[in-house]
Amino acid sequence: MESLTRFKGTPSYLTNEALETAVDCALALQKPLLVRGEPGTGKTLLAEAVTEALGTELITWHVKSTTRAQEGLYTYDTVQRLYDSRFGDGDVKNIRHYIKLGPLGRAFAAEKRVVLLIDEVDKADIEFPNDLLHELDRMRFRIVETNDEVVAKQRPVVIITSNAEKELPDAFLRRCVFHFIDFPEKDLMQRIVEVHHPKLDASLVEQAMDAFYKIRNMQRLRKRPSTSELVDWIHMLKTMGVKDVKLDKNLPFLGTLLKKEQDLVAYADQLSGGARWRS
Amino acid sequence: MFIPFIYKLRQHGVPVGTQEAIALARAMVMGLHDSSLDGFYYTARALLVHNEGHLDAFDQAFLSEYRGIEGKHVQLKQELMDWLKDAKLRFEELSAEEKALVESLDLEELKRLFEERMNEQKERHDRGNKWVGTAGTSKFGRAGQANEGVRVGGAGGNRSAVQVADARKYRPYRSDLTLDVRQMEMALRRLRMFNREGADEELDLEATIDATAKNVGELEVVTQPQSRPNTRVILMMDVGGSMDPYVEMMSRLFSATKKATHWKELRTYYFHNCIYGRVYKTERFDDPVWVQDLMHECGGHYKLIVVGDALMAPYELMRQGGALSLNDNNALPGIAWLLMMQQHWKSSVWLNTEPPAYWEGNTIAAVRQVFEMFPLTLEGLTQSMQYLNRGKQHTRK
Repeated sequence: MESLTRFKGTPSYLTNEALETAVDCALALQKPLLVRGEPGTGKTLLAEAVTEALGTELITWHVKSTTRAQEGLYTYDTVQRLYDSRFGDGDVKNIRHYIKLGPLGRAFAAEKRVVLLIDEVDKADIEFPNDLLHELDRMRFRIVETNDEVVAKQRPVVIITSNAEKELPDAFLRRCVFHFIDFPEKDLMQRIVEVHHPKLDASLVEQAMDAFYKIRNMQRLRKRPSTSELVDWIHMLKTMGVKDVKLDKNLPFLGTLLKKEQDLVAYADQLSGGARWRS
Repeated sequence: MFIPFIYKLRQHGVPVGTQEAIALARAMVMGLHDSSLDGFYYTARALLVHNEGHLDAFDQAFLSEYRGIEGKHVQLKQELMDWLKDAKLRFEELSAEEKALVESLDLEELKRLFEERMNEQKERHDRGNKWVGTAGTSKFGRAGQANEGVRVGGAGGNRSAVQVADARKYRPYRSDLTLDVRQMEMALRRLRMFNREGADEELDLEATIDATAKNVGELEVVTQPQSRPNTRVILMMDVGGSMDPYVEMMSRLFSATKKATHWKELRTYYFHNCIYGRVYKTERFDDPVWVQDLMHECGGHYKLIVVGDALMAPYELMRQGGALSLNDNNALPGIAWLLMMQQHWKSSVWLNTEPPAYWEGNTIAAVRQVFEMFPLTLEGLTQSMQYLNRGKQHTRK
């Protein structure tokens, strides 16, 4: 119980009790931590923060729509080996020469405990998480070609991120500690902005936050701006030396907040909406 | 001690089992919950809930199981009350100021404030006891201060677990409520099958070895196409009349199916109330297609999804010539057409916009005899896709 490390965020990554507890549970119970939430609420950054807090190394596995579970373990370059044998290059006899460990394989093989980030697991095929169940559970797998077994020396801390939109298989979910990152409330958001942009004029921050929340609460937005957009936007305002912000048609750098054309239209619509309704 | 809570969660539809219970027990043995109700709330939530759709149900279950605990400072309260009564008895000993204070305090009001403050207390209980304890042992004037303490306690900071649960801010994420396009797409994605088709992209190891051997050791690389989805779907939607309230939802379902790229083929047709021989290619009911032609064109391997409320007058479903529209001069009753379609397309479902509570004692019950029916919610849609995936041939009367 004493040896438990409690995750408290890092100077640049602010957390709340719910998130801290979820990370603690994942660390203590050695289960993967599944983080979901709107895009831009800092899911990926969490892995970096945990890495920093644990003082270890981060291995990232960016999942794409074509990614297969097998690639995370290892790949066997058959074609290269065939060609090498044909043309007499390389050490063809040593099959290990043609086996490359994937991110998961490297995390298992690492000497110390590392953090493995499986980023945007929902992008892959819906069967993808199921294919990883056994490996994540047992933290070991066998390379069929060589009959070598890769066993995790230190169980890596696995952090899996997923956008809120897709259902993951139940069997997979059951094995994970789950945390849903809420959209930060105003005071937490204020602190987040402070962390990223210290020494910024308080009234500008106030105005920017005000405008931001108003935009966020607008109807019919396809992609509502999130924490990362706000931080970027304030960064733009700061660099360009904007002194005050008013929610109107000429809101500076609106493009950093709203990135879809339809959203810009909806924004303009709702700004003028009041006037139109009255007339 | 949290076992009843596990069952309570199951009652609320949160799928938890032994695995979760053991994980939670382990976490508690390790002291992850800090021996506090707040800590327990967050620990339990992290371990027992796997999906934001269940967060709201979790909050509800947590409330009904543990709300009492926070209010159960009975003994403490009794002490405070006794002491207060005592103070009233020794009224004469008090200063004028204090007398005024006692008089201004209503016992019921105080009780209420006390409860309120216990709820608002942001720290753990043991500290809280001390808090209230301080109020109890101090001079009577402190009652006023304790009153002030209520306000202090209420300001900012983390909210207690019961309050967090009480806020029920995860209600919008419930999965048994109706859905948006993206969620529908995700549910529809479950319906798919694969076969190999298209450009050769994958190395076919067996064939390569074969070919190379035949080639006397000269390397011959053989590739094969990747496996690709091979699902064909027919979607029939009821429009107009009693379906008007669901127009919005139908259009969402429609755009979700249109976006579903994992199907090999999707055909969409419309009908009104019931199907009599013809369905239509447009919502305005022009471009009719004979159902029999459709059956001829689309073999039994197509998946049929019918969406509608299945609510109509009994004669529309059961009688010859019962169709509302004069165009549909139906020699066969609607139910016969439905039966015929169900017989032809072996894996078929009916998605009903009406909630299951209204599925008895009307034409829905009759349609259910023919088609496997699911409600048009995220859960229902997901279940129906799983059902279609199984491709089970079910025999019904």
